[in-house]
Amino acid sequence: MKWIAAALLAVALVLLPFFAGDFYVNLASQMLIAAIFALSLNLLVGYGGMTSLGHASYLGVAAYMSALLTSRYGWGHGASAVFSILGTTAMAGFFGVIALRATGLGFLMITLALSQVLWGLAYRMSGVTNGDNGIGGLTRPMPFGISLDSAAAFYWFALIVASFSFLMMTVFAASSFGSSLKGVRDQPRRMAALGFNPWMIRWITFVYAGFWGGVSGLLYVYYNKYIHPTSLSTTSSAEALLGVIAGGSGTAAGPAVGAALVLLLKNYVSAYLDRWNMLLGAVFVFIVLVMPTGIVPGLTKLLQRRPR
Amino acid sequence: MTISRRQFVSGVAGAGFASLAAPNLAFAQGAGPIRIGLLAAKTGPLASGGIDMELALTMFLKERDSTLAGRKVELISADTAGVPATARTKAQELVEKNNVHCIIGPLAAFEALAIADYLTEKEIPTLGVAAAEDMTQRHPSPWFARVSSTSSQCAYPLAEYSVKELKYKKIVTIGDDFAYGHEMCGGFQRVFEDNGGKIIQKIFTPLATPDYGSYVAQVKSADAIFLATAGSNGFRFLRQFIEYGLKDKMAVIGGMTALDESVLRNMGDEALGIVTTSWYSAELDNPANKIFAPAFRKQFKYDPGYYAASTYVSGEVLEAALKATKANVEDKKGLMTAIRGSTVNTVRGTIKFDEFGDAIGDVYIRKVTRSDGRLVNSVIKDYPNVSQFWTYDKAEFLKNPVYSRDFPPAKNLEP
Repeated sequence: MKWIAAALLAVALVLLPFFAGDFYVNLASQMLIAAIFALSLNLLVGYGGMTSLGHASYLGVAAYMSALLTSRYGWGHGASAVFSILGTTAMAGFFGVIALRATGLGFLMITLALSQVLWGLAYRMSGVTNGDNGIGGLTRPMPFGISLDSAAAFYWFALIVASFSFLMMTVFAASSFGSSLKGVRDQPRRMAALGFNPWMIRWITFVYAGFWGGVSGLLYVYYNKYIHPTSLSTTSSAEALLGVIAGGSGTAAGPAVGAALVLLLKNYVSAYLDRWNMLLGAVFVFIVLVMPTGIVPGLTKLLQRRPR
Repeated sequence: MTISRRQFVSGVAGAGFASLAAPNLAFAQGAGPIRIGLLAAKTGPLASGGIDMELALTMFLKERDSTLAGRKVELISADTAGVPATARTKAQELVEKNNVHCIIGPLAAFEALAIADYLTEKEIPTLGVAAAEDMTQRHPSPWFARVSSTSSQCAYPLAEYSVKELKYKKIVTIGDDFAYGHEMCGGFQRVFEDNGGKIIQKIFTPLATPDYGSYVAQVKSADAIFLATAGSNGFRFLRQFIEYGLKDKMAVIGGMTALDESVLRNMGDEALGIVTTSWYSAELDNPANKIFAPAFRKQFKYDPGYYAASTYVSGEVLEAALKATKANVEDKKGLMTAIRGSTVNTVRGTIKFDEFGDAIGDVYIRKVTRSDGRLVNSVIKDYPNVSQFWTYDKAEFLKNPVYSRDFPPAKNLEP
């Protein structure tokens, strides 16, 4: 049953551009990007127990690096993509060293502070980042000479990257390293006593999450062809965190569902409802009251209780 | 009958999927109404301006019974939330889902810049409100026309007026710390100093400044202070400025959004006598505005200002262009040419467009006075046909970088 459902979902995702209009295909592309971003944050929040409020840093820095390298320095897309991801990952390594000196609330505050520093830089260093006007006039890459300018082509590109990311992050969480990560989340002292190095396990996860955050940032800038400091803002981090928590942190599919829900409310429902912010709030209150563990675990539980 | 929680959840989920799968409706060309898309921020920090934009445009269409040049008009309004990425999604929604023929808005420069490439690529005639200089200077788009002004277009006349009529010699500028504030202060400084004045201090404050106390305390002694603020910031700064007793020591002058009608209604006698500049005032004495301003005031209980007038003027320009093209909106190129080639008598006076798509029109120096018990911006001087290049040579002007925190360089700062 489960496999048939998964296969049907996969077929529906691949065939989407054939039966949906450009607007819906673009919306789906954005959902895929938001899903990768939320999944990478989920590695920290869900599996690692490290609630970060600064994850937008990785999305934003990768996007800014790619934008600057391609538009200002005339690099090719391939080289700038590799360099942006490597740069973002290196930054995650550095930020990890700072942020992981603390856990819990302290960790949250440090990640928040670091992301605010980057946001401030993007705003103020207008010589480099063009400040509040953002960087526009960007192009999308052409992998193997295929143009990604049409909605469908970009959607399939995003779908391939998102599927691969999903696979890599699921494998990471299901591996023995993932188990030790969950161990560190629940019983750090016991894990230390067993000979594990909790700090190192957390740091590796932090860097890995930063890497995938960077990947989503690249897709984000390719999609929008424009980058502005708001993508580095706390709101952007908080929205992803809301998605992770609403969808179900610490599950494989939950964050993707949550991120898609936030995006749908923000971009689709708002066309029909002026007070969509209120609906967003109401939906989250509903989720917290009815399914405190998130949509995916909540629905799974409901389905399992169904009498056969 | 009771609905179980499970049924409710599956019902909601089902409804969600059903609406997602709704087919993309295709409209036949040449028939049906003209579809106008409005991009305005109706939530978030820019909401008050965005709501005014929608009210005025709705009113404009209602007055004409939703018919322009003999053809029915449908207005589709989208909320950009003041976020660039959302603005882009909304622009795509208007173009790809609603198949609009033209777009009015958005307000903020960063929203406009985020969608500029997209609208040019899709060839959608756009009547913009955003003031970002480079959209009609160094990076113009053939599909964009601006009915308001650039950030500094209204600051030039005020700078000249300050030197020549008000006889100010030293001025402090304070502006919001984003492109709009930088550009307006830059333009003001250039003309003021070219006329022999001195800008002795430039202060930029974050867009969301909860308390202006520490900035007010820094202000150096000068003849006047120039406010380059947007939204309610001018009003909030001024309140603290007066509390510190500084209003008796130096005069206050302001840019086009510093004391907009939409903020003025919350102020008292302390605002009297402040001189500002704009391409519009609710007090303007021309036939179109004699109808518009009282009607708006009657319906919404306050005066229309910058934001309301911007979409109303857009509507007027669009109507003129539609009349010229016999409402043939399917010919996008023809419509855009007609928009740019039009000379229209609007509520702000007569405007036309330069070759970059920026409006050339009168700019008014206004003074806050009391009339019928409410505060108004009464016009004290009219600078006719002000262009975005002021009196400077176009080619020379475009060789300079765009105004920023550091350009033009401040040479007369006092330590």
